[in-house]
Amino acid sequence: MIAAARWLLAALALAAGVAAADAPRRVASVGGAVSEIVIALGAEDRLVAVDTTSVYPERLKLLPQMGYMRSLSAEGVLAMRPDLVLASSDAGPPTALAQLRATGVPVVMLSPEHSLAALRRNVQTVADALGIPEQGRALDARLDAEWRTAQRNLPPSAQRPRVLFVLAHTGNALLVSGEGTAADAMIRLAGGSNALAGVQGYKPLTPESAATAAPDVILVTREGLANVGGASRLTAQSGLDLTPAGKANRVVAMDALYLLGFGPRLPEAVRDLATALR
Amino acid sequence: MATVLRRGDDDPGGSGRLPAAPVIVALAAVLLVTSVLAAATGAFHIPPADVLAILAAQAGLADASANDARASAVLMQIRLPRVLFAMLAGAALAVSGAVLQGLFRNPLADPALIGISGGAALAAAWAIVLNTRLLPGVSALLGPFSLPVAAFAGALLAAWLVQRLASLDGATSIAVMLLAGIAISALAGAGIGLAAYVASDEQLRNITFWQLGTLSDATWRTLGALAVLAGAATCAGLRLARPLDALALGEAEARHLGVDIEQLKRIGMIAAALAVGTVTAFCGIIGFVALVAPHIVRIACGPAHRLLLPACALAGAILMTLADIVARTVLAPAELPIGVLTAFIGAPFFLLLLLRQRRLWGA
Repeated sequence: MIAAARWLLAALALAAGVAAADAPRRVASVGGAVSEIVIALGAEDRLVAVDTTSVYPERLKLLPQMGYMRSLSAEGVLAMRPDLVLASSDAGPPTALAQLRATGVPVVMLSPEHSLAALRRNVQTVADALGIPEQGRALDARLDAEWRTAQRNLPPSAQRPRVLFVLAHTGNALLVSGEGTAADAMIRLAGGSNALAGVQGYKPLTPESAATAAPDVILVTREGLANVGGASRLTAQSGLDLTPAGKANRVVAMDALYLLGFGPRLPEAVRDLATALR
Repeated sequence: MATVLRRGDDDPGGSGRLPAAPVIVALAAVLLVTSVLAAATGAFHIPPADVLAILAAQAGLADASANDARASAVLMQIRLPRVLFAMLAGAALAVSGAVLQGLFRNPLADPALIGISGGAALAAAWAIVLNTRLLPGVSALLGPFSLPVAAFAGALLAAWLVQRLASLDGATSIAVMLLAGIAISALAGAGIGLAAYVASDEQLRNITFWQLGTLSDATWRTLGALAVLAGAATCAGLRLARPLDALALGEAEARHLGVDIEQLKRIGMIAAALAVGTVTAFCGIIGFVALVAPHIVRIACGPAHRLLLPACALAGAILMTLADIVARTVLAPAELPIGVLTAFIGAPFFLLLLLRQRRLWGA
């Protein structure tokens, strides 16, 4: 009798354990796009903590903040008692991630690629990790449909505007994005061409390189534009003032996470950017 | 100063010495309490009783199954190596600070202020950048020691430069030493900036993390490397007590007492550079511990190195452990870089020292 009761209890505990492993209830999300995917999948109630890059929707700032995604503290994350950590590929430091894994918390890293295919893979990865694969497939179908709509809006390939993305987040140093960056991918997806082709990664903006790039449009983040002090201040920068974009004062500003996050709002962001570039 | 020598020389039995044993015992007791406090504090709440239960289970004294597996993992894999890391790094920095101050015969010789940490950081930054590009053979050969070795070389070079620049006819000029430190730090800053410029995104992250100073990289593996390198340097430093006491009287006097000044300087410099370089390699620039700890100890028990050096090791360990408790908890679940914290505490302390000494230099 007692043995049977024990066996039953053990079986129950085991079943509970399996259920918990199947469907994590306490999710720590690291990365703005990651948190957006969780919310788009309808699992917002499972989020127990986010990092400082999770700023959309606004209410995420009310959750416990685990700091900047690249300088996580393993113990700080564990203090949130997550049973799943979803992390952008930018999350770190590696030691903290290794420590998290060592304590038995599943850490799921998402793909760093800047493409629709990667986003769709990430959506399915997150949905599977949350134990809600059907929601993943539904979101995937929605993204696919939105994407097709967005593609119909693209300008004809004959008139691809040259776009220069300017990152103005730190002090006076302006950075421009070459190939392999999120901004470069967005510009191409929206039917533009990166004015800084042939350069890899982010590079400091120099007056001569700006004049050489000769963009038709300058693309910035809204935060960056505020830092610089407005569109006319930006186009007055030495070098930029000589470009077609500078002369026509053509500056397109978009929210940083929306533009560069490659989250579930990607089709919308591509459509908006394409419209703005026309 | 003369009394210090007489005590050390005529009376090795120690009846007339400062009460060394009680000071050391008291500091050791404080360190013990601090370390238990550090092990029991953190973003992840583990009740003190559970800390003891987990430790007992690890030592095989109790049944491990009663403990929460995750709390046990946090304590054993994250917090414990970190607390030990903080203690070791603090002790190494404080002893190297005291040794440098003895060598320069100047209480303001802090490895970060006089450019030694900068030299270490510069070398380590370039080691991070060149690691995979140009020196794969070297990094394969040295493994986890490649960063500390590079930082040691940088620290040693900076220490040697400062010493050469600041000493004229056997005397060390305080002003020249600090100014040389500024120049070397500026040069190192430029070099680090250049490294950051050519670095890849990931390398850049590593370099940035370093300049702030943090103990988040503390694992059993890095702790082992720190224990070997900084431990050896600290032990070498502790053995210099007697010649450093003699040097406090002046170089000529020390020479008369049979101290090999050149050898003392060589060993002291190498030990300090190795300690600072290793700590900097693993935790980045953590300033002012090397300045604050020896000063507090000097106020409490005087300038005799025999007591100063071991007391500094304990005081440095206490300071660093306390600072790390704050760094780990004040922004929880995020973390404050400990280098930022020690600078906030240490820089005003340094200003206070300057104010006190201003009169001496005014003329």
